[in-house]
Amino acid sequence: MVQFTLPKNSKVRVGKTWPRPEGKNVRKFKIYRWDPDTGDNPRVDTYFLDMDKTGPMVLDALIKIKNEVDPTLTFRRSCREGICGSCAMNIDGINTLACIYGLDEVEGDVKIFPLPHMHVVKDLVPDLSLFYAQHAAIMPWLETKTHVPEREWRQSIEDRKKLDGVYECVMCACCSTSCPSYWWNSDRYLGPAALLHAYRWIEDSRDEATGERLDHLEDPFRLYRCHTIMNCTKTCPKGLNPAKAIASIKKMMVDRLM
Amino acid sequence: MSDTPRHPRPLSPHLQIYRPQLTAFTSILTRITGNALGISTIVIVWWLYAMTRGGADYELANWFLHTWVGEAILILSVWGLWYHYLAGIRHLIFDSLHGLEIATAQKLGWACIIGSVLLTGLTIYLI
Repeated sequence: MVQFTLPKNSKVRVGKTWPRPEGKNVRKFKIYRWDPDTGDNPRVDTYFLDMDKTGPMVLDALIKIKNEVDPTLTFRRSCREGICGSCAMNIDGINTLACIYGLDEVEGDVKIFPLPHMHVVKDLVPDLSLFYAQHAAIMPWLETKTHVPEREWRQSIEDRKKLDGVYECVMCACCSTSCPSYWWNSDRYLGPAALLHAYRWIEDSRDEATGERLDHLEDPFRLYRCHTIMNCTKTCPKGLNPAKAIASIKKMMVDRLM
Repeated sequence: MSDTPRHPRPLSPHLQIYRPQLTAFTSILTRITGNALGISTIVIVWWLYAMTRGGADYELANWFLHTWVGEAILILSVWGLWYHYLAGIRHLIFDSLHGLEIATAQKLGWACIIGSVLLTGLTIYLI
């Protein structure tokens, strides 16, 4: 349901200002904090880092803060090269991966929030249970009815090419949590990430459940809550185009009736 | 150990922090103009209905639509109609799987905004 303001327990307050280091090239970081142990409202803490001693990426700054300033700062990270999707967060007003977003791409203070309109587990860690459940709902596997071949399921080079720009999704949730439709209707609308994956399996020449997949999506909410707002495509850190994948599914819905 | 959170989890900020996006703006504007045109249609119908009744009814409606509020409603309705029309064409283009790359979608968005203002000016000039 559309609710423009935050619930009472989610309103963000001004937090602590941490010590400023010596140095000429000091930069300010404003970072969202929420501690599940106290239950106090979330707050935005202010940190300072000497940029001459900080790595180039936003994740470098976060790790430096955790190591040297405030060990309680909590965030997910793993691969540090944009392939695991763990460090997805809202940086400077857009969703992206902290590990591949350069500090030089941010103007002024670096503002870091968790992925938007998600329940916060702690600090920059959102609860992704629903997001994963939506992924499971689109059956993200090869569905076949014919006999299993003795060797692999064959696919022509041309058919394989159709999956380029679709299979690369790392499930970071940047797109879904940038989508206003998903903000208001995530309980019923699958969101751009799950729909991109749905398209990936519909488009797969080896898959034999296209009809069932389309039947499952033929729903005013699951698919058709996409109004081509395109925040998803704009924000995708992997440069993919969920909006186009969704439009392609909508077109298939029409094509199979014609 | 129970995995129930000790305190209800807050909802992370969304509209409050997300950087405004052109394609999102043109999208919500489509919905706003669509709904507003529904309301302004009622005003126009009232005007037309008053015309058929004539006399004091017509004078009242005619007076209202010539106040600055009434004129603003009419001018904004012309703009809303043009914008909604152009946005509808843009959606037809999207539905045919064209213009869905960000650069093109943004150009189409600007075309709707600038085009609707120009066409509104032209319409008012011609009437």
